[in-house]
Amino acid sequence: MRVSIIDYKTSNLHSVKAACEQVGITSRITSKPNELLSSDAAILPGVGSFSGAMQNIRKLGLEEAILNFVSSGKSLFGICLGLQLLFEKSEEFGTHEGLSLLRGKVKKFDFSNENKHKYPVPQIGWNKIISKNQNWQDTYLDNCDEGTHMYFIHSFYVEPEDEAVILSTSVYGNQRYCSSIKKENIFATQFHPEKSGHKGLEIYRSFKNYLSINV
Amino acid sequence: MKNIRVIPRLDIKGPNLVKGVHLEGLRVLGDPSRFAKFYYENGADEIIYQDTVASLYDRNSLTEIINKTAKEIFIPLTVGGGIRDMSDIHNVLRAGADKVSINTAAVRNPDFVNQASQFYGSSTIVIAMECLRKNDGDYYIFTDNGREETGTEALNWALEVESRGAGEIFLTSIDKEGTGKGFDVELISKISNNVSIPVVAHGGASKYDHIKDVVFSGKADAVSIASMLHYGIASSIKSEQENSEGNIEFLKSNSNYKNFEAIEITSLKKMMAQDGINVRH
Repeated sequence: MRVSIIDYKTSNLHSVKAACEQVGITSRITSKPNELLSSDAAILPGVGSFSGAMQNIRKLGLEEAILNFVSSGKSLFGICLGLQLLFEKSEEFGTHEGLSLLRGKVKKFDFSNENKHKYPVPQIGWNKIISKNQNWQDTYLDNCDEGTHMYFIHSFYVEPEDEAVILSTSVYGNQRYCSSIKKENIFATQFHPEKSGHKGLEIYRSFKNYLSINV
Repeated sequence: MKNIRVIPRLDIKGPNLVKGVHLEGLRVLGDPSRFAKFYYENGADEIIYQDTVASLYDRNSLTEIINKTAKEIFIPLTVGGGIRDMSDIHNVLRAGADKVSINTAAVRNPDFVNQASQFYGSSTIVIAMECLRKNDGDYYIFTDNGREETGTEALNWALEVESRGAGEIFLTSIDKEGTGKGFDVELISKISNNVSIPVVAHGGASKYDHIKDVVFSGKADAVSIASMLHYGIASSIKSEQENSEGNIEFLKSNSNYKNFEAIEITSLKKMMAQDGINVRH
């Protein structure tokens, strides 16, 4: 079993790799389309700007590779910006097109009607994940309890067109937003499981167990 | 209520965790990565490493410490001290940090804040503000661990770094730091009430009430504490420090620092939750 951590050159992938190591997943950081396609599963991490990330993904020839990877049925695990990139478009500094593996868009938190500092943006810190339409059994959240705290650091959130893909929601200010999704072989979280302590590592462990069964 | 983070701050000098008063007068406490791991296991929400002498010495030992820590703790790690340019950020992130904290370089060249946050994303860039209250009642920014006065007024600077793309403010009161006299709630609330990015309060906590106060009155989004946590556990691991360099007289003396109420993060968070503060525990 081999897992590729997709490197599009904008973020720190060290923590994702360290989390993989911690639970016994063999991973490699790669920017090469052929290496991605030859792996059993892939992680699409990400910190930084949507448009910058998409530019680099295209420049490195990774857009087509990611789409082919997903249509081959292998598991793709998106994290934070890696969740947002799966959608059609983002409102960050103009409109930008994403990978369009899922229908819907990426929006910015807007609490301009609130007290200035009541709900700071970016949201930095811990928030509860609450189940939505899907049961967490048979997903990578299978070892998480309802209301588990996960670590978030983001100003944008996804708004899927098909609500059935939503695996969990979280609430920040007066905004209930999608905090993880699952659609067929795609699983992605707005929070950072590799920064969410022992509970977060459980998600990596489930990812590994699921792969060992299915590869 | 939003979730409030508890962030142990670890000041580092060479290979050691140290603690000072007013950002100076350092005492050696031990191996920072051991403290970080201990705090992680105890429910810390993040960890901050501050290299206290980065602008004066080489940084190889810091890179090693970051590297080791990042393999052992699975919560965010922020590293500050001596971040001068984009390549410093790159190196610290590559060693395993999740965020960088910048003070001096941002004051000297404010465009650096724009450049860094555009490239690495706002959420990676923390601006450290070290403030001192002057006779006119206003707070001013100092750099180089409180040694250099800049003449920049604190609130103006907070608003400026926010508009330049900083993702968070790490706010230290030099007057209070290491004294145990409580946070400078006036300073913290002045900044918190006027910016819309998170503010981490630091400097002065010696008992639980200080923490409660800075959350309710100071409107801090996170509290960063050092002495209260360090002194509680330093004695239990001091036997390993026999070969340490630096001022270890404090450790050998086996004294608790009596101004500080030693506390563990687990119990601190329980107390916070009982007072209606939303924490992860």
